[in-house]
Amino acid sequence: MKMFTFAASAAILSWASVAQAQETLTMWYHGAGNEVELKLINELITDFNGSQADWKVELQSFPQAAYNDSVVAGALAGNLPDILDVDGPNMPNWAWAGYMQPLKIDESKIEGFLPGTKGVWNGQLYSIGLWDAAVALVTRQSTLDELGLRTPTVDQPWTKDEFMAALDAAKASGKWEFPLDLGMAWTGEWYPYAFSPFLQSFGGDIVDRTTYKTAEGALNGEAAIAFGEWWQGLFTNGYAQATQDPADRDGGFAAGKYAFSWNGNWAALGALSAFPDTVFLPPPDFGAGPKIGGASWQFGVSATSKHPEGAAAFIEFALQDKYLAAFSNGIGLIPATASASEMVDNYKAGGPLAVYGEYSSKLALVRPVTPGYVVQAKVFEKALADIANGADVAATLDAAVDEINADIEKNGGYGH
Amino acid sequence: MAMISAENRGLRLATRYAVLVLIAIIFVFPLVFMLMSSLKPDQQLLEDSGNLRAFLPVGDISLQNYWDAFKRAPVATFVFNSVLVTGVTVVLSLLLCSAAGFAFVFVNWKGRNTLLALLLATLILPFETIAIPLLMMVAYLPWLGMEGLIWGWLNSYHVQIIPFIADGLTVFLFVQYFKDLPGELIEAARVEGASWFQIYRKIVMPLSGPIFATAAILKFLVMYNQYLWPLMVTQEEGYRPVMVGLQYFFQLNVAWGEVMAYLSLITVPVLAFYLYLQKAFIASIASTGVKG
Repeated sequence: MKMFTFAASAAILSWASVAQAQETLTMWYHGAGNEVELKLINELITDFNGSQADWKVELQSFPQAAYNDSVVAGALAGNLPDILDVDGPNMPNWAWAGYMQPLKIDESKIEGFLPGTKGVWNGQLYSIGLWDAAVALVTRQSTLDELGLRTPTVDQPWTKDEFMAALDAAKASGKWEFPLDLGMAWTGEWYPYAFSPFLQSFGGDIVDRTTYKTAEGALNGEAAIAFGEWWQGLFTNGYAQATQDPADRDGGFAAGKYAFSWNGNWAALGALSAFPDTVFLPPPDFGAGPKIGGASWQFGVSATSKHPEGAAAFIEFALQDKYLAAFSNGIGLIPATASASEMVDNYKAGGPLAVYGEYSSKLALVRPVTPGYVVQAKVFEKALADIANGADVAATLDAAVDEINADIEKNGGYGH
Repeated sequence: MAMISAENRGLRLATRYAVLVLIAIIFVFPLVFMLMSSLKPDQQLLEDSGNLRAFLPVGDISLQNYWDAFKRAPVATFVFNSVLVTGVTVVLSLLLCSAAGFAFVFVNWKGRNTLLALLLATLILPFETIAIPLLMMVAYLPWLGMEGLIWGWLNSYHVQIIPFIADGLTVFLFVQYFKDLPGELIEAARVEGASWFQIYRKIVMPLSGPIFATAAILKFLVMYNQYLWPLMVTQEEGYRPVMVGLQYFFQLNVAWGEVMAYLSLITVPVLAFYLYLQKAFIASIASTGVKG
């Protein structure tokens, strides 16, 4: 009995000393209101806290719609956490603004990660994601057969002419309200994420990536004008709606209103349950190769963290395949590694969503890696919305270039 | 002639009622839409939104959205926080601003007109212009609480209350109202030897019920609808108010039924407060109108 009492006391004392020794790390995450995502992140934190004696992560979650504003306010008040998550394209801005510091992890552990999951700015890794997202042209095999269309692949995507012929065929059939659902009901980041790859496939871009000091030529050059005219033609020629009811975006494809839908992998299972013959096609090649957007939410370390090594230890811990797979199973996004994909029924070889992994690894182009992106994204969105609603293409793109260049100049080139 | 006049009067009355009913419908329908939508599944809600069914409890009616709203967000915490912060701010604001108004109107002191002018000038400053400097200030202010002296007010109730206790508009309302109170009463009380506090407490306050109600309702609405400031100063979920909580429902695919259920829940305290004070509020508006 004495032995037992002694052993129990020793165990309690050792547990207490371990608990006392653990340094607290604060973490902010954008998943408030998303029950599944919060459950997963809490499980990850519990596992990490129990796996070692040095660090204890405490989570504060924020609603996604208010997250970026909260981080900016936290930075102004000198109240950032140790670990924060950041939407990939915003990372350069936060790093440039002094909110984040380079992430010191063993980079051999992320060698096999999808390119869009790595947040690199100024040659340094700042953030890393457990998943990526991808967009595809969603349709049904029966639609392709009915319209006599070949099935495009990553190696042989549709050309612009083939794509427009497909839309023409769908329109001529009269079977659908509109041939194409672009998701115009969604605003904000959807525009640069989903539509700037079209511009890049034409050969243009939001900003000149060789210097990041001007948008001249990239957003208003010949390729960009061709893109703008094509974009406007989608609406003026009745291929797509410039204004869309959100309900149609959510359920229009399943209700048979659209022949094709430009949508993300997060909506793929819904499409499959509506039509088992749903196929996810690669984007068309408008001349400079087929492109989709890359980069989703990623983890990083705040610039004010007093324990960057602890924060990095947590992030490294999170990079295990089992967590990548768990998040993918829970929220439907693409696991960052091929080995984790094999652990997920949807994304393993032969899985119903496996093509998204292929698109993400072969076609993804991250949005412009510059602190100015946060402004450029809004300018791009406005320009595209205006053009969709009939504004003059060249004048609108010229105005967008002026606005982007003025912002770059005002901010001293954003450190480029 | 008398008959025609009676007919005319009847017609005028009917027209007046028709206009009033129309206005009432315009104001009530959004609330009815919100309540009815909160009882319907998303698909039906969206289908009904284009027709009159949106205002009727028809179809697949249930309280499921309310249940789901409570599962998605700590609704009770958000409502409690908002009611607490709003309630305390309103009470403190009424006391402080009415006392300030009293001092501006009845007490003769050097510089009061200049100070009142400065105070009124703050009315043209939108809160957004001072939000960031205020944030940077409160982040480093000391606070003596249960844990002893701490630095920084973030993640607390008092950071949501103290900056909003005094404001130019509320002081202005009291000043305007107090100016119309009979000055003879105050002078008589002074002659009788009453202190300024006794005059404020025993004479002015009992005569100022309507303006207290008006100021309370206006302050209540401002505080209950706070979004930007609490978003900036409450990183901890336990201190967030209802308007920040609303963002929990705007995920990629918005659950509109839950949004409507949440909005219905958080509207209840506002309606209850307004109904409680509406007589005094209307009296205040009416008396203000008569004065002009």
